[in-house]
Amino acid sequence: MVCDACKQQQATVHLTEIVNDEMTELHLCEACANQKGAQVESHFGLSDLLGGLAEVGKTQEPEEEVAAKACPSCGMTYEDFRKVGRLGCAECYTTFKRNLATLLKRIHGSPHHLGKSPGRLVKPPKAKLELTELKKRLERAIEMEEFEEAAHLRDQIRELEHQDRTKKKSGE
Amino acid sequence: MAKELDDLLKQTSEWLRGVGPVSEIVMSSRLRLARNFDKLPFATRSTKVSQAEVLRIAKEGILQAPSMGTPLIFEMAELDEVDRLFLVERHLISREHASRPDHRAVAIGKGEVISIMINEEDHLRVQVMQSGLNLHEAWTLIDTLDDELSEAVPFAYSTDWGYLTCCLTNTGTGLRASVMVHLPALVITKQINKVLHAITKLGLTARGLYGEGTEASGNFFQISNQVSLGRTEEELVENIERILKQVIGHEQSAREGLLAHNRVQLEDRIWRAYGILRHAQTMSSNETLDLLSALRLGVDLGIMTNGSAPGRTPLDRSTVNELLIFSQPAHLQKVEGAKLSAQERDTKRAALIRQRLGVRD
Repeated sequence: MVCDACKQQQATVHLTEIVNDEMTELHLCEACANQKGAQVESHFGLSDLLGGLAEVGKTQEPEEEVAAKACPSCGMTYEDFRKVGRLGCAECYTTFKRNLATLLKRIHGSPHHLGKSPGRLVKPPKAKLELTELKKRLERAIEMEEFEEAAHLRDQIRELEHQDRTKKKSGE
Repeated sequence: MAKELDDLLKQTSEWLRGVGPVSEIVMSSRLRLARNFDKLPFATRSTKVSQAEVLRIAKEGILQAPSMGTPLIFEMAELDEVDRLFLVERHLISREHASRPDHRAVAIGKGEVISIMINEEDHLRVQVMQSGLNLHEAWTLIDTLDDELSEAVPFAYSTDWGYLTCCLTNTGTGLRASVMVHLPALVITKQINKVLHAITKLGLTARGLYGEGTEASGNFFQISNQVSLGRTEEELVENIERILKQVIGHEQSAREGLLAHNRVQLEDRIWRAYGILRHAQTMSSNETLDLLSALRLGVDLGIMTNGSAPGRTPLDRSTVNELLIFSQPAHLQKVEGAKLSAQERDTKRAALIRQRLGVRD
């Protein structure tokens, strides 16, 4: 079998992910596997390799402290999370916030939620929402070094803010 | 309860009707949302008490949601193995859900369009499944249902990261869109690997009809998104639909190519499949899938219809779709009303196919 990445060497590293009976396979030669290790995992979102991927979510804190940190709500430690690749409760997201931010960015390419929120009734008015959303996107575009898109978004934000000001003035 | 489940056997799931946009290539469009209740531990840290609580709250919320109508609710522990597998084959629950039944349940809406798994990996796995390429409509349905459910019970949510799920691969929107496509011409013309490879580069993934193994049987593939965070639900749906339209385009031109240059071989392949299906006395599930795939291609290209004997009702897509599901192990055993060995199933499967294709024993 030829390596999926370089298409030249013999593939010797075989990655298989099984999540709820959904299986994904990737065959790589050793060099490509080493070189692309982290990228590969995030590209496929290999949740069963999350334990390994969790190593990437390192922060400045000393290793032992991170591993031993426990969620006050469910008792899960970061070490536990590394082993099972699954979180214990909603509170875990706050407890391990810094580490998870890195992981989420690796898996999804962005650490910001842009989708819907529960309870439509309390949603901010549409223009406000658009502005917040555009700002989030701008942040993301800059992070991903998509400068053309960033410039476009900046213009849209300016336009919206301008409209907002004009509206307020005419309202007065 | 088992009686209500048996009633499902008599009805055709909405997604099997073989209608909707591009239904000659797209079998079904499915969306699912992963949701967890606030303040209750996820599956990894759950206890019997917390699972019972999730089940209680979920049922309450589901019964209050107008979109659910009068749902059928089955507790997994009250169903036997065949019944659970029967629900898997109808794509109403996952294999994982069937394998560990304690405190787990499923709520099924009218026409089997909506199903909600309770206490799977996440507290709720809400699903909407429709025939053909119909993701936008599916989104409208599931969006409304999700709002109704969230009114009854608060979901675990953060403004930064959206809906909080047990696994980080679902965090954010919790949305997974899967489209089941039939790509026989891309397989015959050996272009399928190229296409599937391109799909994975675009953040999508392809797997088989029931997900076990990447080797898709019968040329059926499920294509779904990998990313759930950093995009709006509409963007995710739009993205997968845009890419799928290209895949569909490739399949269409491969089909046209086969008709133009290899018509005889193609028709021969299809009619041979029909011949075997009409007369075989024993049939494995894999062989069935392969042959039904050929038959479906024949129907979709108008080859089967034109070739039908005078007076005989032309074969339609929904008959083939139904056979795909009814020839599965649990469906065969439900129809038969008895547990069958693999060998007995192969005989019954062949008999069922002969009968449905209009040949009496």
